[in-house]
Amino acid sequence: MGWLSYNTAIVLSGTSLLGAVSGLVGSFAVLRRRALTGDALAHAAFPGLCIAFLVMQRRHLPGLLLGAFISGVFGVVLISGLRRSTRIKEDAAIGIVLSVFYGGGIVLLSIIEQQTTIGSKAGLKSYILGAAAGMVRSDVMLIGSICVVCTLLVLLLYKEFKLVSFDPGFAEVQGWPVLAIDLGLMTMVALTVVIGLPAVGAVMMAAMLIIPAAAARFWTNRLSLMLTLSAIFGTLTGALGTLATTRFSTLPAGPTIILVGAFLFLCSMLFAPARGLIASWRRMREFRAVVVRQRVLAELFHRPDQTFEKLLKRRSWSGQKLQTALHALVDAERVVKRDLKYSLTDGGTEAAKRVVRGIELWKLFVAENPQLTANFTDLDVENIDEVLPPEVVEQLEVMRSSASAGSVA
Amino acid sequence: MSQLAEWMGADPVDLWTIAVAMLGNTACAIVGCYLVVRRMSMMGDAISHSMLAAIGVVFLVTKGVAFLPMFIGAVTVGVLTGVMTEGLHKAADVPEDSSMGVVFTSLFALGVVLISMFPGNDLDTRCVLMGYMEHAGLNTMSQIASGQWPVDLVRMTAMLAVVAGLVTAFWKELKLAAFDPALADAMGFHPLRVHYLLMAMVAGVCVTSMSNLGAIVVIAMLIVPAATAQLLTDRFGWMLVYAVLLSWAAAILGYVAALWVGSNAAGMMAVVSGLIFLLAVFFAPAHGLTSKWVSNMRLRLRILCEDILAQLYRAEERAAEASIASTVSSEECAEFAGGGFGGRVSMWLLRGRNQIAVAEDNVRLTDAGRKTGRSLLRSHRLWETYISKHFELDADHLHEPAHRVEHFIGPELQDRMAAELDEATDPHGREIPGNSDE
Repeated sequence: MGWLSYNTAIVLSGTSLLGAVSGLVGSFAVLRRRALTGDALAHAAFPGLCIAFLVMQRRHLPGLLLGAFISGVFGVVLISGLRRSTRIKEDAAIGIVLSVFYGGGIVLLSIIEQQTTIGSKAGLKSYILGAAAGMVRSDVMLIGSICVVCTLLVLLLYKEFKLVSFDPGFAEVQGWPVLAIDLGLMTMVALTVVIGLPAVGAVMMAAMLIIPAAAARFWTNRLSLMLTLSAIFGTLTGALGTLATTRFSTLPAGPTIILVGAFLFLCSMLFAPARGLIASWRRMREFRAVVVRQRVLAELFHRPDQTFEKLLKRRSWSGQKLQTALHALVDAERVVKRDLKYSLTDGGTEAAKRVVRGIELWKLFVAENPQLTANFTDLDVENIDEVLPPEVVEQLEVMRSSASAGSVA
Repeated sequence: MSQLAEWMGADPVDLWTIAVAMLGNTACAIVGCYLVVRRMSMMGDAISHSMLAAIGVVFLVTKGVAFLPMFIGAVTVGVLTGVMTEGLHKAADVPEDSSMGVVFTSLFALGVVLISMFPGNDLDTRCVLMGYMEHAGLNTMSQIASGQWPVDLVRMTAMLAVVAGLVTAFWKELKLAAFDPALADAMGFHPLRVHYLLMAMVAGVCVTSMSNLGAIVVIAMLIVPAATAQLLTDRFGWMLVYAVLLSWAAAILGYVAALWVGSNAAGMMAVVSGLIFLLAVFFAPAHGLTSKWVSNMRLRLRILCEDILAQLYRAEERAAEASIASTVSSEECAEFAGGGFGGRVSMWLLRGRNQIAVAEDNVRLTDAGRKTGRSLLRSHRLWETYISKHFELDADHLHEPAHRVEHFIGPELQDRMAAELDEATDPHGREIPGNSDE
């Protein structure tokens, strides 16, 4: 472990633990749409930090953090008070509390700086950008204990937190104490923000809450998995960021950690299989190809033995798309090509019948329920039985057969 | 300016600084009004944080901190912040607040890292984060016409002129897009273009005020005066005017207070504007907590008084049916209004208005009181009849809604209901009192 000095090991474990706990707690903040409340909390903690310093006249970390915690929570309470009882909207309330409290902090800080009698002022100046390198063993113990407390709380109140994060209205109707649970969540956020402030600073702490959680959200739709992933991402972010700063000593710790987080976020956004951009582009392309194949089948069902050129003119599809669809259909033995003309095989006819039925039933459904069409765009015509309830499909079938009987007569 | 300073016994530098602050705050307040009514206040937060990325990149490219490249970079990054927030939200389905949080914190971090890559540069991160208002009046003077003007003053004036010009030129578009973006779109006003115009203006005022106010106090100057103005008026034009005046108050009082306690002026301006906001929260004429409380209390008392009058009228009715004199003790009467303090106050009010008279602990209606009680009962029974005719409600479900709504039915509505219903009695078989004027 020659490359890892004792000091670096301390800082590394501190930032990793901080990343883990903010990933865990931040997930709830992100899901509850309170991401920016964490930002406001981090800024609102500033004056409390300064007041605690003025009161104690020395840098006593637990005391400073208590001051920060109190003013941060006060700021959040003020936000919800403004939102509930005045016409001020939530966004403005957050902005007001954030900037005014921070302004107060600056005023206090400039007063503290003029007091020559006070010794070390470290921990106040680092409030904005953080000073991870200054971490000592007791700081790591503090972060570790908050980490344990938050994990235990999440394990104990998992169901309650889950319910409130996803459907607070339902939770209220079911008689859960939504306000108390919400308060519990915000207290966890506040604790995390406050212990993180000396290490990574206010703006970075907001990022530590949001980025790992938002990145984890791309990978899964399950809360338990998202929490785990988010904690892992947070740990990775903290650890890699710290390692980068020890390698390049000019880099400030907090911002570097966040840039690592931003990189993780970018990768998750692009490559995550469940909700990543590339995966969803691919699904979209596949879906479009399926639709083209279905249209080709329907076309050949109504008018067999068409040449490529004739098919191309039937609809506004590009030659390349049609070509691809025809190739796929020939490979699947649904379509055969004889003398430059395409026609359906027996299997193809069966498939085409399903497609034509789907198209006609959807057309009827849309005509009957125009108000619902916004919810039913982009649908695969073959899965009508899976989307609509069976009795509706049955009713549509009756309408379809009577319509075709009418047209014959 | 120096004569003015002499006359006021103040340091000309202080006056210059206050002038710069007022100009900057004016631009912030105007732009902030649009942010607040569009519920995009946090976009101001995001853009002002992102400014650090602009500073970092421009410094990296031009190796300097010249104003013009900085301004262009800032506006670009500001618009980019908006585009990326929107893009993450729409394309990648990230909740809007989270997407904003991811974008601006990352840009902020990028900026700090870029700036720190040049040790010993003349970029002061501290100044950017805390603001250093005190420099504004001292800054190098530039020669314009026959006078010496502080550079910051010239820049602020130019920025304010641009903002004022844009707001005047696109007044209709900005207002429509702020209040009804769907209609703006339908009318072909391109709300998206207006949106990014606003983003650019926010970035412009942020970067111009940055060195004076610092990245975070700028947010206070954008949002707080505008939000305070929103508490004072319902008209957008007046909101702009109030916001500008409030931002001046913040500039002057904040600077003076900062001189007084010897602290950072930018921070003090934020604090002062916050205190003014708090005053407005409590004492704004229409939307303040106090006036809301007063009007709630008034309404409550009116309802209590009317409840007493209606019950007394009912007692008279019952007594007349039984051909005896109506007797209601003061205590019973206060009980009609739920008793307690509210009941006592209502009784006192009713006696003061000469609507009831008390003799030997027997409460009677005066003619004026009887008229009001009769009108209330007319409302009550008409409403019972009306809802029993139009909604399938059981007889025992009619009283409660009528009891609530009887206080809000005027004579005109009474007559319309009476004309439509053409009934002499309510569903309980009680007589509907006629119009008292007849």
